Amino acid sequence: MGERTALGVLFRVLEMSTSPFAVIVDIDGAGSHPAAWRHADAEPGELLSAAWVSANVSAAERAGVTAVTFSDHPLPPRDVDGPTARLDAVLQASFTAPLTSALGLIPVVHGLYTEPFHLATQTATVDTASLGRAGVLIEGDEDPRIAARHGREPLPARLVAEELTDVVEAIRRLWDTWEGDAVIRDVSTGRFFDPAKVHYADFEGHRFSVRGPAILPRSPQGQLPVFSAHSGIGADVVLVDAPLDASLGAVREARAAHPADTRVILELETALDRAGQTGAERVAALDEHAVWAGSGRARYVGNAEGLARILVSLTDVVDGVRIRPAVLGHDLDELARAVLPRLRDVGVFRSPLVGSTLRESLGLGATVNRFAEVSR
Amino acid sequence: MSIQLGVFFQGVNFSTVWSHPDSGSQTEFESFRRLIETAERGLFTAFFLGEGLRLREHLGALHALDVAGRPDAFTQLAALAAITRDIGLVATQNTTYNDPVDLAHRLQSLDLLSGGRAAWNVVTTDNAWTGENFRRGGYLDHSDRYSHAADVIAIARRVWDSRDPAGIAVDRQAPQWGAAPAPFQYDTGYYSVDASGSLPRSPQEHPVLFQAGDSGEGRDFAARHAEVIFSAHNTFEAARDFAHDIRARTVAAGRPADDLKIFPGQEFIIADTLAEVDDKVRWVRENQVTPATALAFVEQLWGTSLDGHDPDGDLPSFDPVQAETGETRGAGFRAAKALETATAWRALAETKKLSLRELVIEIGTRRGFAGTADSIADELIPFSEQHVVDGFNVSPWLVPTGLDDIVNKLVPAMQERGIYWTEYPGETLRENLGLRAPLTRRGGAGVQTPTAAAPEPADAHG
Ligand SMILES: Cc1cc2nc3c(=O)[nH]c(=O)nc-3n(C[C@H](O)[C@H](O)[C@H](O)COP(=O)(O)O)c2cc1C
Repeated sequence: MGERTALGVLFRVLEMSTSPFAVIVDIDGAGSHPAAWRHADAEPGELLSAAWVSANVSAAERAGVTAVTFSDHPLPPRDVDGPTARLDAVLQASFTAPLTSALGLIPVVHGLYTEPFHLATQTATVDTASLGRAGVLIEGDEDPRIAARHGREPLPARLVAEELTDVVEAIRRLWDTWEGDAVIRDVSTGRFFDPAKVHYADFEGHRFSVRGPAILPRSPQGQLPVFSAHSGIGADVVLVDAPLDASLGAVREARAAHPADTRVILELETALDRAGQTGAERVAALDEHAVWAGSGRARYVGNAEGLARILVSLTDVVDGVRIRPAVLGHDLDELARAVLPRLRDVGVFRSPLVGSTLRESLGLGATVNRFAEVSR
Repeated sequence: MSIQLGVFFQGVNFSTVWSHPDSGSQTEFESFRRLIETAERGLFTAFFLGEGLRLREHLGALHALDVAGRPDAFTQLAALAAITRDIGLVATQNTTYNDPVDLAHRLQSLDLLSGGRAAWNVVTTDNAWTGENFRRGGYLDHSDRYSHAADVIAIARRVWDSRDPAGIAVDRQAPQWGAAPAPFQYDTGYYSVDASGSLPRSPQEHPVLFQAGDSGEGRDFAARHAEVIFSAHNTFEAARDFAHDIRARTVAAGRPADDLKIFPGQEFIIADTLAEVDDKVRWVRENQVTPATALAFVEQLWGTSLDGHDPDGDLPSFDPVQAETGETRGAGFRAAKALETATAWRALAETKKLSLRELVIEIGTRRGFAGTADSIADELIPFSEQHVVDGFNVSPWLVPTGLDDIVNKLVPAMQERGIYWTEYPGETLRENLGLRAPLTRRGGAGVQTPTAAAPEPADAHG
């Protein structure tokens, strides 16, 4: 990294004030390798416990990463070597809110067959409990088994993007239904809130409508950062899956397909050298039980210095990475110990500050309440 | 016998005084933290959240006079689980606008995250007005609300019973972590689900089931399915009659009489001396029933605006403009015969010489306990000796400091009289409530075991 000039570093630091580089870590069971549970620092049955959730999230906060995502899916994993169950992601995020103070908390929610009204309240509740550190990662899988789980009609694949667009818009409208200063406690009129500052959402989608208003007053962020791997549904942050050598093109494509202020984040699986074993040796040992199938996703297996070099070069290309550690505790430790300090040294990464919101940590600008505008 | 205490954070209604300088936020986490930490310090059994899935309206506009704003219950309780150790966490969730499998999975997640402290207060709110916020809209017939609720509970129990915990690997060399449970199908008559549970059971096996609903059908439903019933019958006579009725229904449903615990809602107004009690009660009531709230209460029955009417004067001289009250304002008022009720109110106001506002205070506020900590503790002794309740669900009239006097003064007074415990007896909510195993997880003779697969009693499906 000696190739970076002092001026280059300074330029980076200045640029960070508008678009900081985000390092997000995914929390999913024992890690992203299907056999990760065999090397985990917890008994198999403890992977679904409060202690495991808080240990990993606290480790992520200590490491100073920007945020964590909590993976989830309506269908429990089947026919896999590892855990065939997950704790609800929104509840994991909420549970860890009082245990953390700077880290962003981003649960995965499923948008197609769930109730947008509930999703809006649940995620705003995490935002309120975390004092503005919540985001939401919206997934949509049209699998008819998910429809059957919810007792609904399956959605044809061609309508997934349309439905998710409706869901995101409905949720955003609900989040705006209470203006920030709606609660007035005015003794002279006996009014707890000002009805002129609480609005109906009145969302009419293709397949559902929502009247509103929300049952929870505006959360600290109001508009939570919305993440999604689905293109063009109105997310603030788009997740891109591409092998490392094709990532440049994939990211460009994603940028071209979205408004200029959309953030693009690259998915990245990692297995790092650790405790005298190379990343490759660690993966090989786990692969004996279940193979870590390549999914067309960027993957880095090697030493911390190499990962740091890749991340530094990525800072010119993307707005951040979502790291899926092969084995949660172990790879997260290495990230904290040997990767993030290198990024900080060259000025391309800053840890979130206590008291800042996730929007601020991501460099997303302030939002304007869509209803307040029309009412003025 | 120890009387237990729960705290009900209702989040609506005029019983919460918001004008006092000590009144804090209804939604900020610090308010919840303050309240639940006080409750746990006072060895409370449970912390309850109510549910209302549509913001209340009055005469066609948002009802702005009462506290408003509530977090999602399971989500909020998960955050509270992280900062507490013993207290139970009870979420009110209706069976109409929550998807059963999703609800059961989220609740089981809360149960695991809290180490076996989660519970579900089953309510059956089904109006189409609330349905306007949801994909299905107002799809359910009101008369089917309890049969549908029984189906939803049956589905939840299938979810909770899906995973055989013995199937989870005990060491890292096992052939696999554990196979996914087999799916099941269930048709509610309104929709059918095909799903599987995935999580193992918590230390209390199933989340505890509470029920709140007071019709005969609601009581029978509780007697068949619930483990705790939350009622409004809190005076001694009303509580005694209610307990007789509920225990008879529970036995008729094939369960031991003490299988269903009884927790009426309760309010305490505690003064330092007996001389101060009346003043304090008056102060609380006048802050609960503000002039605007008194008018709104009467408008609800009259069906028209009383703008300009003097709340300290008489009831309106003209008759209500509607035949029946609407259903959206909430319990107590639903489908009341307006003229009949108005006539009764006028008679009461006449007899007791009450202004409009005084009348609303008389009929619209809770019959709770008022006194010093010692006098109230004395009054509670017969509730304990005659076992007419298992506990009370306290609604503090001030958030978040409304439990302070109860925990600092009333709890010690009850402990001195031997009617309140001095430590939590168990590790889970189920243990603290003194409950048996969940209904679908009881082996052995003597107790009927209505398993998830067993048919409902014939009348349940109407
Ligand atoms: C003490 C008590 C508390 C209740 N709390 C709630 C609540 O928080 N949310 C809700 O939707 N319904 C609530 N209800 C309403 C009932 O759940 C039920 O749906 C309603 O009373 C209709 O049933 P019923 O006809 O059997 O009374 C409550 C009822 C009682 C008695």
